[in-house]
Amino acid sequence: MPFGLVKFGLRKAYPARHQFTPANTKLKKRYDVVIIGAGGHGTSIAYNLAKYHGVTNVAVLDKGYIGGGNTARNTAVIRSNYLTEESVAFYRESLNLYRNLSNELGFNVMTENRGQLTLAHNDAAIRNFRWRAEVNQHLGIRSELVDLQTIQEIAADLNLSEEVRYPIIGGLWHADGATARHDAVAWGFAKGACERGVEIHQLTEAQDIEVRDGKVIAIRTNRGRIECGCAVQAVAGSSSTVAMQANIRLPIHTFPLQAMVTQPYKPSLFPHISSPQLHVYTHQTSRGEFVIGGGSDPYPLYNTRATLEQKESLASAIVELFPHLAQAKVLRQWAGITDMTPDYSPIMGLSPVRNYFLDAGWGTWGFKATPICGKSMAELIATGHVPEIIRPFELERFYRFRQVNEAGATAASH
Amino acid sequence: MKLLNCPLNGPRNIAEFSYGGELHTMPNPTMCDSREWAEYVFFDRNEAGVVTEWWMHNASAYWFLAERNTITDEVVRTFPASEMFTERVDSINADKA
Ligand SMILES: Cc1cc2nc3c(=O)[nH]c(=O)nc-3n(C[C@H](O)[C@H](O)[C@H](O)COP(=O)(O)OP(=O)(O)OC[C@H]3O[C@@H](n4cnc5c(N)ncnc54)[C@H](O)[C@@H]3O)c2cc1C
Repeated sequence: MPFGLVKFGLRKAYPARHQFTPANTKLKKRYDVVIIGAGGHGTSIAYNLAKYHGVTNVAVLDKGYIGGGNTARNTAVIRSNYLTEESVAFYRESLNLYRNLSNELGFNVMTENRGQLTLAHNDAAIRNFRWRAEVNQHLGIRSELVDLQTIQEIAADLNLSEEVRYPIIGGLWHADGATARHDAVAWGFAKGACERGVEIHQLTEAQDIEVRDGKVIAIRTNRGRIECGCAVQAVAGSSSTVAMQANIRLPIHTFPLQAMVTQPYKPSLFPHISSPQLHVYTHQTSRGEFVIGGGSDPYPLYNTRATLEQKESLASAIVELFPHLAQAKVLRQWAGITDMTPDYSPIMGLSPVRNYFLDAGWGTWGFKATPICGKSMAELIATGHVPEIIRPFELERFYRFRQVNEAGATAASH
Repeated sequence: MKLLNCPLNGPRNIAEFSYGGELHTMPNPTMCDSREWAEYVFFDRNEAGVVTEWWMHNASAYWFLAERNTITDEVVRTFPASEMFTERVDSINADKA
């Protein structure tokens, strides 16, 4: 109705208030906390600092735009069926927070409890799944070994034929598995943070970190120098280069990770399906597209280019699982740069520089951790105490050879 | 298809090769402390720029070095390891050093 539109245009509520800090806002001389990186993690830390610790003199800096890094590029899988007790406890908490996140933020992040099925094509995988199911159940999450009949009930279109390269012989069913709208997670946290006084400065790059007497004192940016009481980096693929500005070396390698979506179809697949052996996983989004992802690129690179080889490998694997997708057109394809650690676990907590905190090493699995990571990191920054739930993930573990080995449970399953 | 120029086999599809990590010097394993050893094993520079790294041609199990730009993915140069190493480096030789 054009008339209704005119009426709306004349109302006081229009134009709507900025949800985020307006673009021309000047940087202050000093902030209590500077957060480098305005992805899901950076904005979640800011939100938790402001809402639960009353720390609002906070600036979040991003060299690009809010949620434009891996937060914009991930395939949104949320699960907690990891292998080690430390990881299961951590990701379980994140899943709990995701269930209520739309209410918490007053912003629809579209959390969908789909369930996740990981496929076994050989006996070694079955052994690994039994082990994971035991650990998972012990820690109170829904995770069980399933046979072919149950698999057929979970995903009727899945190709269970033996006339393929790697026939499916069983699976690990994780009823708690879910997805959420990835961009909305960053927007929701960012909006909630800005409402409480946090400033988010986009197109503002951290270029150097000033350390005096072993303590961080200021961040130099393309828009000038800002002093800070403390600082935290949450920059995913750029973790090593930003940490180097403070002379900190990290056990991280930056690898591209690619994904793609097909044209939309009528709803036919609800759960998320993953095959570590075929290096592929998929689910059908609420728009009807099949989102398809897989393993990392074979060598490190700081570049979000995509390759035909990777697309071919994803396509050949997915048509083995879902033959009807052979006719599908690929609508979009992209890559993100991921910060991979040797044990496939994150690095959270203290750094060798006082008052400088790390939120890094999220590789191909960090979206699902966004709420709990923000909550725990905010607690650390506000109180100075490392919360128990993130203690196993400290940087020091590599010096003590106490890795949290998730290689088996993470590769190609996110 | 991206090509990598193998010093032994000439230009081949990069899919025929394995990435072998950054070139860095091993501390003497019998003399160094465990922190130094941990840094050697886990901590790399992971630089954005031209980096010297190990590569192997899988079919011929031939190891060599490459200078590659990790931002543009351009390979500046590949060369045999003998350009840098005149003798075998292992814990025995490191011991003597
Ligand atoms: C294709 C793909 C699929 C994935 N699938 C999943 C999945 O299914 N499930 C899952 O849990 N995880 C998944 N991940 C991983 C997940 O996306 C990341 O771990 C997570 O989004 C990291 O969030 P972040 O906020 O730490 O980083 P990002 O969202 O990358 O944010 C970092 C921000 O830092 C900014 N920045 C960098 N350098 C500077 C600087 N010098 N100064 C200022 N700002 C800077 C960047 O511009 C960026 O906006 C996937 C990743 C990719 C690429």
